[in-house]
Amino acid sequence: MENIQQVNLDREPKAPLAMDPVKFILWLFLVSIIMLFASQTSAYLVRRAEGNWLEFEMPKIFWYSTGVLIASSVVMHWAYLAAKKDQFKQLKIAISITFVLGLLFLWMQFEGWKQLVAMNVYFVGNPSGSFFYVFTGLHGFHIITGLIVLVTALTASFRLNVHSKNLRRIQICTTYWHFLDILWLYLFVFLLTFN
Amino acid sequence: MSAVEGMDTAHVDAHEHHHESQNFWQKYIFCEDHKIIAKQYLITGIIWAVIGISMSVIFRIQLGMPDSNLSWLKPVLGGWISETGKLDPNFYLALVTMHGTIMVFFVLTAGLSGTFSNFLIPLQIGARDMASGFMNMLSYWFFFLASVLMFASLFLQTGPAAGGWVIYPPLSALPQAHPGSGAGMTLWLASMAFFIVSQLLGGINYITTVINLRTRGMSFDRLPLTIWSFLITAVLGLISFPVLLSSVLLLIMDRHFGTSFYLSDIYINGEALPNVGGSPILFQHLFWFLGHPEVYIVLLPGLGITSEVIATNSRKPIFGYRAMIASMLGIAFLAFIVWAHHMFVTGMNPFLGSVFMFLTLIIAVPSAVKGFNYITTLWKGNIVFTPGMLFSIGLVSLFVSGGLTGIILGNSALDIQLHDTYFVVAHFHLVMGAASAFGLFAGVYHWFPKMFGRMMNPTLGQIHFWFTFIGIYLIFIPMHYVGIAGFPRRYYQFTSYDFTHKFMDMNMFISVAAIFSFLAQFIFLWNFFYSIFKGKRAPLNPWRSNTLEWTTPVVPGHGNWEGEIPAVYRWSYDYSKPGAKEDFIPQNIPYSQTLESNFPHENELIATEKEIEAQNFNDQFNSH
Repeated sequence: MENIQQVNLDREPKAPLAMDPVKFILWLFLVSIIMLFASQTSAYLVRRAEGNWLEFEMPKIFWYSTGVLIASSVVMHWAYLAAKKDQFKQLKIAISITFVLGLLFLWMQFEGWKQLVAMNVYFVGNPSGSFFYVFTGLHGFHIITGLIVLVTALTASFRLNVHSKNLRRIQICTTYWHFLDILWLYLFVFLLTFN
Repeated sequence: MSAVEGMDTAHVDAHEHHHESQNFWQKYIFCEDHKIIAKQYLITGIIWAVIGISMSVIFRIQLGMPDSNLSWLKPVLGGWISETGKLDPNFYLALVTMHGTIMVFFVLTAGLSGTFSNFLIPLQIGARDMASGFMNMLSYWFFFLASVLMFASLFLQTGPAAGGWVIYPPLSALPQAHPGSGAGMTLWLASMAFFIVSQLLGGINYITTVINLRTRGMSFDRLPLTIWSFLITAVLGLISFPVLLSSVLLLIMDRHFGTSFYLSDIYINGEALPNVGGSPILFQHLFWFLGHPEVYIVLLPGLGITSEVIATNSRKPIFGYRAMIASMLGIAFLAFIVWAHHMFVTGMNPFLGSVFMFLTLIIAVPSAVKGFNYITTLWKGNIVFTPGMLFSIGLVSLFVSGGLTGIILGNSALDIQLHDTYFVVAHFHLVMGAASAFGLFAGVYHWFPKMFGRMMNPTLGQIHFWFTFIGIYLIFIPMHYVGIAGFPRRYYQFTSYDFTHKFMDMNMFISVAAIFSFLAQFIFLWNFFYSIFKGKRAPLNPWRSNTLEWTTPVVPGHGNWEGEIPAVYRWSYDYSKPGAKEDFIPQNIPYSQTLESNFPHENELIATEKEIEAQNFNDQFNSH
């Protein structure tokens, strides 16, 4: 929400009647993603309450990947601050690091799947395992879309289109990336609690 | 997108230039103008309605006249009609399924919301276009893609999906269950996935536009009730459609990747399937979490259109403007916490059932508020019986008579008896199907002059109304009795049971009424398409209405208003105000010009007019 207020301040002296429509669209888009995962996790709980539930321990690598994703979020925020101060070199470095950390996260998730298979937890089988793959897979899909948004921000910053007077793109990118980070934290804690 | 993105004037110039040099494809096919997109939705919706209603006529013939020879349908249905002129029982199930899917999603969701949200939101709030024309265009074309896939599934050799529009697994999950559960179901799921994307793109756009692009002075308490209803509808869709996507996603996994979310312990020809540990009830929970709000996604736009049309044609302010908004919000809120009343017979805990029953019955309260407000608006009004007005009054009638049986069905004890009988079919066809369709007709008759710059023939409209209105009641009132008698829905024929014999003539009567109502729709089709080209030219404000769309040119161009967007100083329901010269005062007339009719508190508002005028326009063409 603070992002939206931010833009109103950015647009002085002609304060518009309402929020920036494009960022508002982003927030509504996030609502639909929240509903997607809310329904998935509640389906998980409903199904789990019925019994016949395979319990397994989450591989350690998911702890590490969580750390990587949090780090990427911090770096993303650094990129945003750099754009606000017109520090273009830092901006480019920061977005690139975020991108690489995002890729690393995806790779670690994939490694996690391999370890699950090694533990005899398969996608096809008891729904407890299937749900685990669906959650991580759906989130991974959204991370890929986040990476695409990052690439557009990166190319824009190379064309010097991201600066303190034109922050919308980097703000959208930051909001989305933080959102994906928080979404993963939710899924991670959820899967730890209700394994 | 570009219209709102540029902050520098050079960009805006480039944008305007771009629109002058539109070619045919940009102007009529991949168009980003909300009015064209609305017409695209309307025409597609009408085509789907013809297909969907034709299907119902075919299965009504099967139900009402089971001995009839259907060979004359061979040119259309080919192999689905047997040598002896009988309808294939599997195809009967497919017809029922596709009728439900098409009417609920493609006609009454996309055709109704898509048409009128797109057309009226920018025009009534005073915006040049939607927040994102590009997303809006994508929304239509995703809908088109969904339509193509669904249409293609009708021509599969194994037939389209046939497990009912609710596609409960395991019937829909196992290709062995039914011919339609193979490729037909696959296409159904793919089509619905695109449909959901389309609805989300559209809905996000509607919400953003209403909240961010209102013109000067258009505060929320001056918004026409149509806009309120579209806004609430879009919010419902935004929250519930992702849940349908979720359930569809898990069903696709079960069907194509062998997971067991919904499947467990199933034996086919004595052999066990490998799926263990799934829960088919889980699907029903997920499905109805969309499914119930979907009912209101279908109905609320119709109610909003009716509020507007009834107030205009009663020449009276809408009764209880705020109560109308509050009741819509109440209905929308309750819509999310009543889904399990569709599942009373799934072995649900009776205590949980009574909680859902209680919540369900509360919906009667906001619904009754709306019903009474419509009737009190009509009370002692100078009613003008335009076709739009007739259909709006018809909607109120259907809403009340269909809603009453909702109170019966909401009781879990009664529902256990009536579940999946024709009583349910009659109930939801009246309150949701026919009522929303009447909203659609009311909207088309009322805003046709704004859409095409021509008038529809009012006499044909009135004939269309009376035939349809009488036809609908002749179909569905007897159907309640058939349901109470115990006829289950989705049965191919009732010839083999003793108890059904004495109702055969009633079933035939229903079918004759259905065919009669179907034929009556051709009056509308003729009137609609003829008037687009040959109708009488429309005046600027044919219904003497207050809302902003009538301040645009007869056929608004790109950007809707030539010159400045009007500012808004009052609500949209100043009809027959005591002391006023005319019996309507449009929203863009300031109080300072209507001193003779102002109430004391409105005289105080004159001071705020300067403030309103000084505000930013939110004009997407030149505000930045």
